[in-house]
Amino acid sequence: MQAQIAVKNLAKTYHCRKLFYDLSFLVKNNTVFAVIGHNGVGKTTLLRVICNLVPATSGCVEITVGDRLLSAAERRAALGLVSPELELYGELSAFENLEFFSGVRGIVFNREKAREILEYVGLKGRGHDLVSTFSSGMMQRLKFAHALFHDPQILVLDEPASNMDGEGVALVREVIRHQRERGIVIMATNEQREASYADQTLSLA
Amino acid sequence: MRTRHFLLLKRSCAVLQKDLRVEFRTRYAYNTLMMFAVTVLVTVSFSVGGMILESEIAAALLWIILFFSAMAGLSRTFVQEEESGTVVALKLAADPEPVYLGKLLFNIVVLFSIAAVVVPLFLIMLNLSVAMPLSFVLVVLLGCLGLAGASTILAAIVAKAAVKGALLTVLAFPVLLPLLIGAISATRSTLAGVPLEVLRPDLGLLLFYNGMMVTASLLLFDYVWNE
Amino acid sequence: MFWQIMLGIWMAGVIAASFLMIRPIQGLGELGRIFIYHVPAAWVAVLAYLMAMANSACYLRSRDLRFDRQALVNAELGTVFCLLATVTGAVWSKAAWGWYWNWDPRQTSIFVLLLIYGAYFVLRNAIPDIDRRARLAAVYAILAFLTVPFLVFVVPRAYASLHPDLAMVNVVQRRLEMDLPMLLVFLASLAGFTGLYFWLYKVQVSLENLLCEQTVREELR
Repeated sequence: MQAQIAVKNLAKTYHCRKLFYDLSFLVKNNTVFAVIGHNGVGKTTLLRVICNLVPATSGCVEITVGDRLLSAAERRAALGLVSPELELYGELSAFENLEFFSGVRGIVFNREKAREILEYVGLKGRGHDLVSTFSSGMMQRLKFAHALFHDPQILVLDEPASNMDGEGVALVREVIRHQRERGIVIMATNEQREASYADQTLSLA
Repeated sequence: MRTRHFLLLKRSCAVLQKDLRVEFRTRYAYNTLMMFAVTVLVTVSFSVGGMILESEIAAALLWIILFFSAMAGLSRTFVQEEESGTVVALKLAADPEPVYLGKLLFNIVVLFSIAAVVVPLFLIMLNLSVAMPLSFVLVVLLGCLGLAGASTILAAIVAKAAVKGALLTVLAFPVLLPLLIGAISATRSTLAGVPLEVLRPDLGLLLFYNGMMVTASLLLFDYVWNE
Repeated sequence: MFWQIMLGIWMAGVIAASFLMIRPIQGLGELGRIFIYHVPAAWVAVLAYLMAMANSACYLRSRDLRFDRQALVNAELGTVFCLLATVTGAVWSKAAWGWYWNWDPRQTSIFVLLLIYGAYFVLRNAIPDIDRRARLAAVYAILAFLTVPFLVFVVPRAYASLHPDLAMVNVVQRRLEMDLPMLLVFLASLAGFTGLYFWLYKVQVSLENLLCEQTVREELR
């Protein structure tokens, strides 16, 4: 299924301050799209608007999969987000987190698949530990597992390599490469290295 | 249509199950709430000492205890999501309705289990006898349902406010007043013993209030939950 | 300007008429005159609250902050008139029944209205973000409004048994045989208060709109 994101005349004003204004771009399938810019120019806010977490002041974001324009509910199924402001439940184990999020999405929980994805992000054998015992790097890996678990067409990454060691950085690259084949990656980053993975770059100022 | 409702129920239960699991492991809400309820109960029981209470006063005291206990703990479940940042993950994964219903069910479970301890203790400590036990239980259950039904959406509002403190109590009191008056009146009747016809309008009121509050909350919750 | 002066003359006329044109009411004596101010104030308090509720619903539909400002103004005006109605009611209650406050059904309902307004303002103060404040306050206004019909039904039921005699007075007062001059003065006062409300509303809304424009301009500078 071909995914596509069309951003049309998007503007966001926050407390009377214009973050961005009349922003339009098109992201086609099999693309890595990077948003770069200094701190406070609105990278994270742009991602929030794309994920429908905050409303835009004007303009719109249209996400299509195949020929279908997605509704707000369908968008939730098509998006996966890794972000510093998204946290998982510390009182649950990694498995239980994945199980819960499958439950509220209405997906049948596949234990085998959960095991595989935890292994893929490098959390093999830690699946039954409480998430509150995880280090910040492990937490970041779990967030990747959580974002990928429902096979989203679009992966949204905000500072994807934060708290990651060398192996983790390789994981990020691998995830981006893999997701590019399957759909779209949108990421906000300050790292030169990650920006270099991008096919298309937007510089906010 | 039926499958949609079934799916909604299943997702709501997923939220409920998650909340119960978290609560069972941490006992954040439950321990505080229970101690709070018992503290209020003991305070009341101390202050009225060995007096023989009329059913009118006893009914009012019981609902004051339950009201303040509910207010002390029911906002916890939303506030915790907001404070720990899990709200983003939940918002991204779930539709608003299952979140509301799941939290509502959780609050009902918590409140019922509080009432199951506090109400018998109340009857024992104040040395009260109940003339119509079955109706009494029904009234307490309906009243607790109403407390949870009205305060769940208010708790979601409170969780978004910068200053939380006693906000839930302030917001909830005017909204809950009809329920409290109805519940006190019905409790008084069941303590003293009246013909069923006298009790019926109060029960009807409690039922109708519950239905209206839950429906209105379902319709309005989307505006609270999503920015 | 013309209408403001007319309104001033009208209200002055109502005040004068309330002392000159009405004969002391049977059973209430001179006290009955307060009714000319009390009932219209209560009416405006309820009207403003209804308007605030409607504004809130409009805000949720359109997300236009103008409606939020209108709701705020309505809530503020409603509080002022609600306080007036409560105080005039309490004064009358002291003189007629012997105490300022006794949880008569009417007093209870108006007091709950005050509580709702109070909670509404507390909620607004607790949320710094403008859009969020507007949204949550609107939801609260609607929710609280839904409980008002319950109060109308449930409060008299619960308290009538405690104060049957006092409830009687209320019924009598409502059924007071108004003679023509009194009815006229009452209706004139009702119209005057409503006019006063709409004028205050207009002034306050334009003030709020100007303040908002000013903040926007300052922020942009």
